[in-house]
Amino acid sequence: MNLLKAGRVLRRTLWQAVPTVIGVVILNFCLLQLVPGDAADVIAAESGSATAESMAQLRSHFGLDLPVLEQLGAYLNNLAHFSLGTSPRYNLPVTELIGSRLPNTLLLMLAALGTALAVGVLLGSIMASRVGRWSDRLLSVLALLLYSTPSFWLGLMAVVLFSVHLGWLPTGGSASIGADLAGWDSVVDRLRHLVLPALAMSGFYIAIFARLTRASMLEVSRQDFVRTAQAKGLHPLRVTFGHVLRNALIPVTTVAGMHFGTLLGGAVVVETVFSWPGLGRLAFESVMARDYTVLLGILLLSSLLVILANMLVDLLQAWLDPRIQLR
Amino acid sequence: MSTSFPVTGPRPAPALRALLGRLARRTPRAAAPAATSRSAALQAFLHNTAAVGAVLLLLLVLAMALLAPWLFPGDPLDMVATPLLWPGQDPAFPLGSDSMGRNVLAGIAHGARMSLSVGVVAAVLSLLIGIVVGATAGYFGGLVDDVLVRITELFQTMPSFLFVIVVVAIGQPSMAVIVLAIGLASWPVIARLVRAEFRTLREMEFVLAARSQGLSHLRIMLQEMLPNALPPVIVTTSVLVASAILIESALSFLGMGDPNTVSWGSMIGEGRELLRTSWYLCALPGAAIVLTVLALNLVGEGLNDALNPRLRNR
Repeated sequence: MNLLKAGRVLRRTLWQAVPTVIGVVILNFCLLQLVPGDAADVIAAESGSATAESMAQLRSHFGLDLPVLEQLGAYLNNLAHFSLGTSPRYNLPVTELIGSRLPNTLLLMLAALGTALAVGVLLGSIMASRVGRWSDRLLSVLALLLYSTPSFWLGLMAVVLFSVHLGWLPTGGSASIGADLAGWDSVVDRLRHLVLPALAMSGFYIAIFARLTRASMLEVSRQDFVRTAQAKGLHPLRVTFGHVLRNALIPVTTVAGMHFGTLLGGAVVVETVFSWPGLGRLAFESVMARDYTVLLGILLLSSLLVILANMLVDLLQAWLDPRIQLR
Repeated sequence: MSTSFPVTGPRPAPALRALLGRLARRTPRAAAPAATSRSAALQAFLHNTAAVGAVLLLLLVLAMALLAPWLFPGDPLDMVATPLLWPGQDPAFPLGSDSMGRNVLAGIAHGARMSLSVGVVAAVLSLLIGIVVGATAGYFGGLVDDVLVRITELFQTMPSFLFVIVVVAIGQPSMAVIVLAIGLASWPVIARLVRAEFRTLREMEFVLAARSQGLSHLRIMLQEMLPNALPPVIVTTSVLVASAILIESALSFLGMGDPNTVSWGSMIGEGRELLRTSWYLCALPGAAIVLTVLALNLVGEGLNDALNPRLRNR
């Protein structure tokens, strides 16, 4: 597997993604047309009152009074020119709005996924190595408890413990406002703010990865090549990490890629609990504010991210298991 | 313990398919009900203490939900107590009261009705849509399969929670709309599962025999293939109810639930502002959610172990 092949896979995935993405845009556009009210209503409501003329002017300015098909055509035309439109609420280009919030959400999602993978695979390996004993049962119960806990409740309880009672970590936000930190201090400050939200989001996925790793490792360790490795006299840790785990990680990576999309949905609640300035909260606010251009942009972006994540997972699996042929 | 969640997704990689194939190699039973296999499954389920305990816990929650109007008559949103009583401070309000003086225990009991009913009805709706789509795609194959798989992928590429929020925003935030939204967001999982099952079963001899007898497609799908495809679907149902309860609680937490009823999520959402001083307002309804969802997951695992003995991993 080399870079040329990876490049070919990337090109083909993007090409095949275009109909899916257009389908997502059209579906969401039609769905959003069904929602009662539009941005002009919300702007009028928030400014206290408005005359019929000013509302009509707002609507014509943002093209909200055009027929539906014309609006859809205009949106697709914008998309073909790589523009996501303008938000009537913030009066900014949508790309700028999303661009300012995307890094925060990506940081949170990657931190949560990374933590979940690291802790989950570790727990799963421990459970698989001590299968049937009380430590395995205890960890299984813990995993099941984490699987059953809503992420926002886990976040709230973590805030009660770590912020309110112990005072170790801040309660919300992504950085200390007005602290004017620079360099290493700023990084440490951001990391301190990242700990609790990432923990809250990763709880569910830790349980999934732990159970999946356990099942997968038990399945792989029954195979002949593991017996050969043990018969060769390899150190048990070398057998576990070099041979068993490498093969057991394949379903784990598939499931990780699968859940990338649900991470964005879960980010909505966690970002609300921790006042994290990310895309999830932006999406929720734009639904409430009937700001459809922003919402379409976010839904489009998340679909692209899911497709990209699936492609990366395919590449990763081909690297992990040379028997898998990249199509 | 085994993986009781459906490990299917947008594009299961070849290695995963091979793994699943090794794990799930089992022969289907004939459509005629075999009383011995059913009672064997029941026996296996009853021997699983965790699953039996979970069923008892679920029955307790169900009893609390059904008896709530008699145990706690009146509207749970009525202001009946001094505000912000801690649990145990006043024997008349064992779990305390919230910022508006509402009885927390009454809220939890009435909230159980909302959560359980939304969970079950939404799961049934996803099951119906998913089985119809998956069976049609798996049985007919070809163009129908391609189109339906594309549609399923479309729904799976969108983040499901955002989709639920948009659908709830379209209609009034009432229980019916919430159930519809959750059902519309959760059906792809069932559809993929049923499609995979039907694609395997389509090649089996008893289906060929039924076709050669001249039975109609609908009859073959419903009478011959569906009973054999049901075991993984039954296992997934309890997980489906659990995730529906979680989604509903997240919706109510964000304030998009039904404003006229009390729900565990809405109690947590309202208690969030008092997290520093009265954190029991968030802890208690959340503990109720955790226990109910835990019980549902344990039941799902028990069903998985009972119905798919070859999938058990020790």
